Amino acid sequence: MKLAFFGGLYSNYLALEAAIADASRRDVQQLFCLGDMGAFGPHPDRVVSLLRDEGVACVQGNYDDSIGNELADCQCGYTDPRDNRFAQISYDYTLEKTSPVHRRWLRGLPTSLNFELAGVRMHLCHGSPRRTNEFLWESTTSDRFLDRLIDPTNAEVVLGTHTGLHWTRTTPRGRRFVNVGVLGRPANDGRTNVWYTVLDLSGQEVGVEFVPVEYDFLRLSNEMRDEGLPDEFTATIESGWWTTCLEVLPSRERRCGRH
Amino acid sequence: MSNVSTESGQVSLSGLDELWFQVAGTRCNLTCTHCFISCSPHNNSFGFLSMEVVRKALLESAEWGVREYYFTGGEPFLNPDLVEMLVLALGYGPVTVLTNATVLKDEWLECLRDAEERGPYSLEFRVSVDGPDAATNDPIRGEGTFDRAMRGVEMLVRHGVLPIITMTRTWADADDHRVLSRFRDVLARHGCDRPRLKVLPRLLIGAEAIRTCGYDEADRVSAGMLDGFDSDQLICSHSRTVTDRGVFVCPILLEEPSARLGGTLAEADRPFSLDQGACVTCYQFGAICTNPSGQVFEQTGAGAGEVAP
Repeated sequence: MKLAFFGGLYSNYLALEAAIADASRRDVQQLFCLGDMGAFGPHPDRVVSLLRDEGVACVQGNYDDSIGNELADCQCGYTDPRDNRFAQISYDYTLEKTSPVHRRWLRGLPTSLNFELAGVRMHLCHGSPRRTNEFLWESTTSDRFLDRLIDPTNAEVVLGTHTGLHWTRTTPRGRRFVNVGVLGRPANDGRTNVWYTVLDLSGQEVGVEFVPVEYDFLRLSNEMRDEGLPDEFTATIESGWWTTCLEVLPSRERRCGRH
Repeated sequence: MSNVSTESGQVSLSGLDELWFQVAGTRCNLTCTHCFISCSPHNNSFGFLSMEVVRKALLESAEWGVREYYFTGGEPFLNPDLVEMLVLALGYGPVTVLTNATVLKDEWLECLRDAEERGPYSLEFRVSVDGPDAATNDPIRGEGTFDRAMRGVEMLVRHGVLPIITMTRTWADADDHRVLSRFRDVLARHGCDRPRLKVLPRLLIGAEAIRTCGYDEADRVSAGMLDGFDSDQLICSHSRTVTDRGVFVCPILLEEPSARLGGTLAEADRPFSLDQGACVTCYQFGAICTNPSGQVFEQTGAGAGEVAP
């Protein structure tokens, strides 16, 4: 049995379409999305329509909580004025362009999902099992801390997103944590593709595959320009390097990028 | 949140996310006029931590599922065992060292960068500089310290470090934009073209209480103020500080006897009463001691809870 996990769509409906098509070619049985449907990209209603049409099981991200409840900001908690300025531009645009029906849908999403499939107990969250907007970076999350976070979930596999960078680790007590990556923007590696994750539950051990997704990024960036979104955002889509929201990156992850 | 007792106004330890080491005690090569624990070359209230104490605390901390480790002082690099301690701690989790960058040596940085590259965790350097020029910084940190700190930043950059420049706001809030812009320009001129800046509020205790003023009697976090407050914003709900005189509630309140909670981490797992003026500053600004990558931000929405699909 194969399952697909999408994270951080950031309104990138073209990447979501490509990922759904790719998952279908791989005979994936069920699609999941771990939240942050809007932000950054154009026409936020389009990803929500796709998720609903395709029957994707969704978890609420901090962005969805904010948009759904029409809060003042995205709750990412930046303190750098530049990061905040760009985050607010993106948030105001997304809030304005998300239909009331979709806001209601985002508001009603669960903060986590717990279930067992093919004998594997899973916990799906956005940031961490204890907090929707907690960043679990690979370089600043100790093994034993992961075990402590996983304990209350009683799960063998915990999946999250939120940071924008995919990674996985087996904890000292044999549980698996997977940050499934994001479809919304590239992984700050100078490449234009984005990422999702396929879990294979058919073997003795849970298989984790990070899948690169190519999509029409030039079409996306042109649509972002048409919508008046900042050049800094389109630069990320076209170059693969993050240009904003850099403040929260640990040094190790920051060094991998250009900015 | 749930770990706050509104009746007593106390905050319990919800989990040990950060473990701090007061590794240089209150000894520092500088005598900053705003230091909240009045560190200086002559302040021996707290001494250096020994390798044995650090090793034991790291071992004990493993049971607690600590997320990351911070090493502070004073000036941590005055402790002759610091480099070895940082290398050891990197085997347990991510590490941050808070330094004034005036006593760094190439061989130390080379060894530390090697240790970081060998493992999965980040080693962060937080460099304290209190203004984008000598005219702002030196009256607080001492004559010539701005230039010395910039040489330290250059050395860090040469070793591939992206330091977090930490500054205490001694200027008006309205000047933030101007000061931070100037900081970015100046740091770029010293080779640090991807500056990571962290602004700290002043803590009106220690030397700062003499430089400007202390807290008023009325500056207290009352029980009522904790009603509906997200206590994860306070570091006392998720960290403790190891010193040579026992385990304290946080790295700020070392001069407050009630802040010593025990001799071991286990003993220090008890509630703390927020009856200090400095607690008001934490309450206002959030967990000011934590790095931006690990800071817990208040979440106002409620979501729809946990369900099975």
